[in-house]
Amino acid sequence: MTALILSQVTKRFDRTAALTDVTLSVAPGERVALLGHNGAGKSTLMKIVLGLIPADGGRIDVLGVAPGSPAARANVAYLPENAAFHPSLTGEEQIGLFLRLRGEPAGKAGELLDRVGLGDAARRRIGTYSKGMRQRVGLAQALIGRPRLLVLDEPTSGLDPVSRREFYGILDRLAADGAAILLSSHALTEVEARTDRIVILSNGVVVADDTLAGLRRRAALPTRIQISARPGAADAVARELTAGRRNGVMVDLVCAADKKLAHLGSIAAMSDMIEDVDVIPPSLEDIYDHYSRRTLS
Amino acid sequence: MTAILGLAACEFRIALRNRWVAIAVAMMAVFALVLSAAGSAPTGEVGADRLSVTVASLTSLAVYLVPLLALLMAFDAVAGEIERGTLPLLLTYPASRGRILAGKAIAHLATLALALAVGYGSAAAAAFAVDPAAANGLPALLRLFWSSLLLGASFLGLGYALSAVARRPGAAAGLAIGVWLVMIVLYDLGLLAAIVADGGGPFTTGVFPWLLLANPADAFRLFNLAASEATTAAAGIGGAANAIPAMQALASVALWPFLAFGLALFALRKVTP
Ligand SMILES: Nc1ncnc2c1ncn2[C@@H]1O[C@H](COP(=O)(O)OP(=O)(O)O)[C@@H](O)[C@H]1O
Ligand SMILES: [Mg+2]
Repeated sequence: MTALILSQVTKRFDRTAALTDVTLSVAPGERVALLGHNGAGKSTLMKIVLGLIPADGGRIDVLGVAPGSPAARANVAYLPENAAFHPSLTGEEQIGLFLRLRGEPAGKAGELLDRVGLGDAARRRIGTYSKGMRQRVGLAQALIGRPRLLVLDEPTSGLDPVSRREFYGILDRLAADGAAILLSSHALTEVEARTDRIVILSNGVVVADDTLAGLRRRAALPTRIQISARPGAADAVARELTAGRRNGVMVDLVCAADKKLAHLGSIAAMSDMIEDVDVIPPSLEDIYDHYSRRTLS
Repeated sequence: MTAILGLAACEFRIALRNRWVAIAVAMMAVFALVLSAAGSAPTGEVGADRLSVTVASLTSLAVYLVPLLALLMAFDAVAGEIERGTLPLLLTYPASRGRILAGKAIAHLATLALALAVGYGSAAAAAFAVDPAAANGLPALLRLFWSSLLLGASFLGLGYALSAVARRPGAAAGLAIGVWLVMIVLYDLGLLAAIVADGGGPFTTGVFPWLLLANPADAFRLFNLAASEATTAAAGIGGAANAIPAMQALASVALWPFLAFGLALFALRKVTP
């Protein structure tokens, strides 16, 4: 059974179309990243999945039931964007409350906070926490019980690179246990290798839904070959390859991915004029830009 | 049930840390003691013990103070969660909105009960100190205590409702003060003016008693004063309503919390975070 299915979901706020015919699904054990610029509709989509706001049209199926229904809420965990908590409560008290709301003993709070690296601050008031620490409290509450679907809105914002890696480590284990995970981000670089599939949302429209490799292939963005010529040979190399010249020694060649080998062959043939060669594949930002810009024009 | 109790425990803890519990207790204690001190000069009506007299003055105090305390505790309940951004997450948990409301209400009622116990308790202690017959007034004091809780519950419910409608703590606070002014102060003034204008006509005999019963604060005053006739002298506006039986007043006092919480739940269900 698919954990989450959205089909042709539409949502308008007055004049802005926040989501238009959004169709996507997440299977158990799958980690899907929802990518998009600010205002693309990621948070709106997540709130609809959680039943916090109603959709205007389309079908939503959360673990086989309606979004926001008691059965859905019992098995879905949520980490809101900029997770906020009452500043007068300690981390331990706050997680203790969330545990009791899920029918679990409040005593498990310490263990959960340890798991997200907040063990030392557990007895301090949340009002004294940094943004990253609040984010971890948010993560700790999302781990309560054994949620079958996790909906995480920009979970790694506010985390340093080391914490981000730990965070993805936790997600890996959850997914290995069969949890379906939908997380959002505004940067492809943050989610790259740790997700199974990437859905790119642009102005409320799904413009891509594929693995990273698939996205790379379909974008067919040009590869850049950067050649450093031996002193004085730059002109000759540029002429030979019909490429542009950057400065006295560097020659830049931009080509389609499937022409790369042919070019490298002719470069190798001129090895006496060449010092070094770098092949630069399209960056994640380039790929992300390619997809998210398509509906703008 | 553990969900409701967990919510209530957290809410009570927050009220403790925000000094709300201390403020409520101090307010009730100070006013109650000032009242008993002020009331100690005349030797009271013939036959009435010290505590019964104190209960009469505490009743007039409670009419103003209990709704005010309840509204002050309640106005932030929903609007504060919206402002802090804590409501969306809470609403994705399995606890229903009714339970969330119940949890908050239990904590706030407990705070109110504590404040009333301390306030009425110290007034009673003062009465016992000067009059050994004060024990005669204990039933009246007990009645005042639980009916004050019912009155508080009504205004807690109203406070939650307007907190959910206002969505912003500032607006909710303004509405809370407005509700207090209208229901506690202006309502009685309006009735008084209408009676004077009516000059004992059909309004005074036919409509007025029902209007008194419709307001939980007036019904509360009527119930407590009618139940202890010895002190009707202190009743003010209540004197005009001697005709209303205590049971009807009690019915109003007891039904209002349900009405108010119904309103609160209706308003909370309409909130989309
Ligand atoms: N409550 C709301 N009222 C009006 N417009 C809203 C509301 N919530 C979101 N929007 C609009 O919907 C669009 C999508 O917003 P959002 O889902 O928050 O984007 P993202 O999370 O991808 O940054 C934006 O144009 C935003 O201004
Ligand atoms: Mg967002």
